[in-house]
Amino acid sequence: MKTKKKGISYAKWGYIFMAPFFIIYAIFQLYPMITTVYYSFFEYFRSGLKIIGPNFVGLKNYASMLAEVPKYFANTIIMWLMGFLPQIIISLLLASWFTDLRLRLKFQGFFKTVIYMPNLIMASAFAMLFFTLFSDTANGPINSILLNLGLIAEPIRWMTNVWSARGLVGLMNFLMWFGNTTIILMAAIMGVDPGLYEAAELDGASSRQMFWKITMPLIKPMLVYTLITSLIGGLQMFDVPQVLTNGKGTPNNSTTTIVMYLNQHLYSKNYGTAGAISVLMFLICGVLCVLVYATLTRQDDGLTKAQRKARKAQIKAAKKAARTQKGA
Amino acid sequence: MKKTLALLTATGMALTMLAGCGGGSSSTAASSEAASSEAVSSEAASSEAAPAAEEGQILNIWCWNDEFQSRFNDYYPGVKEVAADKSTTTLDNGITVKWTINPNENNNYQNKLDEALLKQDSAADDDKIDIFLIEADYALKYVDSPYTMDVKELGLTDADLADQYQYTKDIVTVDGVQKGTTWQATPGLFAYRRSIAKDVLGTDDPAEVQEALSDWDKFNAVAEQAAAKGYKMLSGYDDSYRTFSNNVSAGWVDGTTVKVDPNIMSWVDQTKTYTDKGYNNKTSLWSDGWAADQGPDGKVFGFFYSTWGINFTLLGNSLETPTSEGGKEEVGNGIYGDYAVCQGPQPYYWGGTWICAATGTDNAATVCDVMKQLTCNADIMKQITIDTQDYTNSQSAMNAIAEDPDFGSDFLGGQNHIALFAEVAPTIDMSNAGPYDQGCNETFQSCMKDYFDGAVDLETAKANFEDQIKVKYPELTAVEWPAAE
Amino acid sequence: MPNSTKTKMENRRHVGDPGLLVHRIVAYTVLFLLCFICLFFFYVLIINSTHNHFDIQRGFSVLPGSSFFTNLYNTTHDANIPVLTGLRNSLVVAACSALLSVYFSSLTAYAVYAYNFKGKNVLFAIVLLIMTMPTQVSALGFLNLMDAFHLTNTLWPLILPSLAAPSVVFFMKQFMDSSLPKDIIEAARIDGSGEFQTFNRVILPILMPGMAVQAIFSFVASWNNYFIPALIIDDAKMKTMPILIAQLRSADFLKFDMGKVYMMIFIAILPVMIVYLCLSKYIVRGVALGSVKG
Repeated sequence: MKTKKKGISYAKWGYIFMAPFFIIYAIFQLYPMITTVYYSFFEYFRSGLKIIGPNFVGLKNYASMLAEVPKYFANTIIMWLMGFLPQIIISLLLASWFTDLRLRLKFQGFFKTVIYMPNLIMASAFAMLFFTLFSDTANGPINSILLNLGLIAEPIRWMTNVWSARGLVGLMNFLMWFGNTTIILMAAIMGVDPGLYEAAELDGASSRQMFWKITMPLIKPMLVYTLITSLIGGLQMFDVPQVLTNGKGTPNNSTTTIVMYLNQHLYSKNYGTAGAISVLMFLICGVLCVLVYATLTRQDDGLTKAQRKARKAQIKAAKKAARTQKGA
Repeated sequence: MKKTLALLTATGMALTMLAGCGGGSSSTAASSEAASSEAVSSEAASSEAAPAAEEGQILNIWCWNDEFQSRFNDYYPGVKEVAADKSTTTLDNGITVKWTINPNENNNYQNKLDEALLKQDSAADDDKIDIFLIEADYALKYVDSPYTMDVKELGLTDADLADQYQYTKDIVTVDGVQKGTTWQATPGLFAYRRSIAKDVLGTDDPAEVQEALSDWDKFNAVAEQAAAKGYKMLSGYDDSYRTFSNNVSAGWVDGTTVKVDPNIMSWVDQTKTYTDKGYNNKTSLWSDGWAADQGPDGKVFGFFYSTWGINFTLLGNSLETPTSEGGKEEVGNGIYGDYAVCQGPQPYYWGGTWICAATGTDNAATVCDVMKQLTCNADIMKQITIDTQDYTNSQSAMNAIAEDPDFGSDFLGGQNHIALFAEVAPTIDMSNAGPYDQGCNETFQSCMKDYFDGAVDLETAKANFEDQIKVKYPELTAVEWPAAE
Repeated sequence: MPNSTKTKMENRRHVGDPGLLVHRIVAYTVLFLLCFICLFFFYVLIINSTHNHFDIQRGFSVLPGSSFFTNLYNTTHDANIPVLTGLRNSLVVAACSALLSVYFSSLTAYAVYAYNFKGKNVLFAIVLLIMTMPTQVSALGFLNLMDAFHLTNTLWPLILPSLAAPSVVFFMKQFMDSSLPKDIIEAARIDGSGEFQTFNRVILPILMPGMAVQAIFSFVASWNNYFIPALIIDDAKMKTMPILIAQLRSADFLKFDMGKVYMMIFIAILPVMIVYLCLSKYIVRGVALGSVKG
C-alpha cells in the first residue's frame, strides 16, 4: 500500500487535473441552466424591436406551456418509437446473425461498414436529402422511380400525410441508428460466456432457444442501456424533422418535436416560455440520466452479487451435467 | 424649376458619385438645396470624393436575397470591383460593401435584423449596419422606430423623390417623415402561357386574355375549360393568395387581436374548390414543383406574380438549358417567349423592397448616394427596366418606355408589359399593410395547406393558426374570424 | 471424450442442414436489402449532383450526367452559400473540439484514475450523471450568456464547451482501467518526473489508441452539430456546414438550382465519409469498445 501512502501528497493534482472540466462545465452548462430556470418564472419576450419584461409571473409560463407540450411530447415519442422499434428488432436480428457461429456469415466487415455509415451523416444534410428525394411531385426522385417501376399510379404526396411524414422521420432515425445499435449489441453478445452456449448446444438446444434463453437475459442490461440512451436521444430529436419540414412540423404539427417547439420560442425570443419548456425537459432527462447512471454503475451483467454467484453455480452444474452425460 | 433641377441632378449622378450627398445626419433640408445646385456644377468632380475620407471603410448592407445585391453591383455607378464570391463589393471611393444575407422565411431575416439593430449602439463602427432592406409586409415595424433615418436628413430632396410613385413613399412615411426609398413599384400581374391560352381560349393576345379573366367568375370558368383540356389553371395553393390578401378591408392586427378578413376566407374557399376539382397542381410557392410548373414541362395556365418575379424567377425557370450551363436567354431555349402578362381578375401588389438607412451609420454620404442613384436616377431606372423587365420607381422613365412603340420584351413574346403597369402602378394602395403581415401571411398559408391537402378539417386548421401565430408573436392575444364563415 | 464431440459438432455444422441453409439465405437477403437501402440514397445523391437543374426537374435518371463540375463551380462561387468558408469553419470547430475534448477528458479521467482525493467518487458520479444530459435544456441561458460575453458570431461558443465532455471522460476512464498499469506512474515519479509532465510525456502516448477513437467521434459529433450553432451564428463568414444546409432548406431563392442543392449536400457529408471509409475498421471497433460500458 505504498502508493496509497504516497498518493495523499499527490491529492492536489487530482483537483488540479479535474478543475478545467468542472470550471468549463459550470460556466457553459450549469450557470446557463440556472438562468434558464430563473427566466422560466418571468414574462420576458421581444415584441418587434421592443423588449417586454422581465416581469415576475410565477408559474404562468408553466401553465400555458403544459396546455401545449403534451401534444409535442406525444409527437416526439411516436416518431422515436417508429425509428426505435424496427431498429431494436433488426439490430438484435443482425447481431445474433453476426455472432452465430453456425451461420458463419461472410463479408461481415463490409456489412458492418455499410450499416454503420448513415450514423456519421450530418443529420441536417440527411434530412435535406430526404426532402429533395421525397418531393411531392411526379418528378421527385423517389416518386419518379416508383412511377417508372409501375408500383404507383399517382405520385405519393409524402409530406402532406401525417403518417408518411412521421414515417420518413422514423425511417431516417432508423437508418441512422440501427448500425450503431447492432454493433453495440454484438459486443454485448460476444461478452457472454461462451461456455453457456457450449453447454446448451450439448443439451441439443436450437439457435432460437439459445437466443431467447441465454442471450436475451444476459444482454438485458445492455438492452436497457440502449433503450434509455436512445430515448434520451429521441427526446432531443430536432435536426431531422426541423430541416425536413423547415421548422413547421407539417402536416398539422404532427412532426413538431419538443425541441422544435422550444426552438420556436427561442426564435421568437420568448424567454419565459422557452425557459419553462427547458425546465420540463431537464426534469424528464434528469430522471433518465439517473437511470443511465444506475445501469452503468451496476456490474457487467446487471446482476447483484448474490445472483451472479447463483448463476455461476448454475453454469458449473450445467457443465458438470454435460460432462457426465457425455461420459455415459 | 425644382423638377428640372432634379432631372439635371439625376443625370449628373450617373457621371459623378457622392455629389449632392455631402451632408451626414447633421445636414437638414436647408442644406439639400445647396447640395442639388452643387451637384450640377460638379459634374466633372473626381470620383474619389472627399466624404469617403471621413466615412467608415465598411458599408454593411443587410438583405434577405440577392436581388438588391445584383441591382447594386450592376447599376450603382460607384462600383469598382465585385468579389468573386460576391460577398463584398469595392467602391471607387475605397469603401468596401459587406453583404449580410439572411433568408426571409419564418421571420428569420427580421429576427436577425432586430438582434443586430438592438446592438447597433454598442457595435464597433465597422460592424454597424449602414443600410438594411425591408419589405412591405413588415415595413411599418422599422419605419415606425428610431432605427431608421429620415431620408431628407440624409440629403435626399423632394425634387429627388418627385418622380417616384406616391404609394412607394407613403408606406415608408410615418408622421410626415419618409424613412426609406425603393427602386421598384410592384403591381401584381397574371403571367400566362401563350401556347396554353391559345389552346384553351383560342387567343394569346393580352387584351383578349385579360377580357376572359377580368373577374373571378370568368377566371373560374376558364379554370374549368383549362382542366377539361388537361391543364391546371394555377400551380399551387398560394398562387392567388395575394390577390385576396391585398383586397382586404382592414389590416391583420388590431391592438393585440388578429382579425382574419372575410376576403382571406374567400381565398380559402376558392383554393379548396380548385384543389378538389383538380384546377391546381397542389404545389406551394417557391417549392421545386412550383418552379418546375413554370418550365418547359409545365402544364399550368398561368401564375400570379409581381413585376419583379418575371426576371427574378419566371425567366430562369422557363429555360431548358440554364445560363450557368451556357444556355442563352433567347427564344428557342425552353419556353422563352411563350409567356405574356395581363392584369388578372383583381388589382393587387406583391412585395417591393425598400432601402433604409440605419440610425448610427458611419457612411451617411455613401448611403445617401446609393439611395439617390438606385432609386431616384431616372436613367438608371430606365436601364434596369430595359435590361431586366423589372418595373422601376420612376414615373417619367416608365411612361417613356410605355409610350415607346419599339419597346417589347422578348421574353414576353414582344409584349410591352410596362405600358400595362404604367396604368395600374399609380393606383396601388398599401394602406392596410402592417408590421405583422409577414408572420400572419406565412402562418396562415402554411396552416391552410394542411386543410387543402386534406390532412385536417377547416376547424383544426384555424385552431393551428391561432396557436402558431401566438408562438410567433407572443404579444398577440386573440384571433377573430369573420362571422359569415 | 472431447475429441469425438468436436467432430460431431463440426459435422453438424457442415452437413447440409436445410434449416441452416434457409437461415443463411434469409440472413444474406436481409443484409443485402439493408445495405441497398443505406447505399441507395447516396447513389441518388451522387447521381443528382452530376445533373443540372432542369434534368433533375424532369425526374430521376439512373445514369450520371455531365454537370458535376458546373454544379461544383456554381456551388463554390455563390456568396449566399459560402461553402468554402463553411467547410473551413466546420473543420476548425470540429478539430478544436475533438482535440480539447480528448485532451481534457483524459486529464479528468486520469485524475480519477491516478489520485486519491476527497470527494473523488462524488465528482466522478457527477460526471456520469450529467453524461446524457442534453445541451438543449440550457440552450436559453447559454445563448444569453454568450450574448453577454459578446461571443455570438464567433466560433468560441462552439469550441470551448466541448472541453467538458462527460462521455469521453467515462470512456477514457474505462480505457485506463483496462490498459494503463499504475506502476508506470510510480516509475515516472521515481525518475523525478513532475505530475503534469508525467501525464503529457508518459501517459498520453499509452492512451493514444483510445483517444484517437474518441477524437473521431467528437469530431463527427461536432461536424454534424446544428442546434446550438444555429442559435449562435448569424454572420455568413462564421456559418458552419449544417447551418448552410438548413439555410438551403428555408431560403426560397437558394432552391432555384437543384443541382447546387445536391452538390451542397454532397460536399457537406463528403469529408466525414472519406475519413470513415479510411478508418471504418477502427471506428466500428471503437463503437463496440465504447459500448462496453460497465
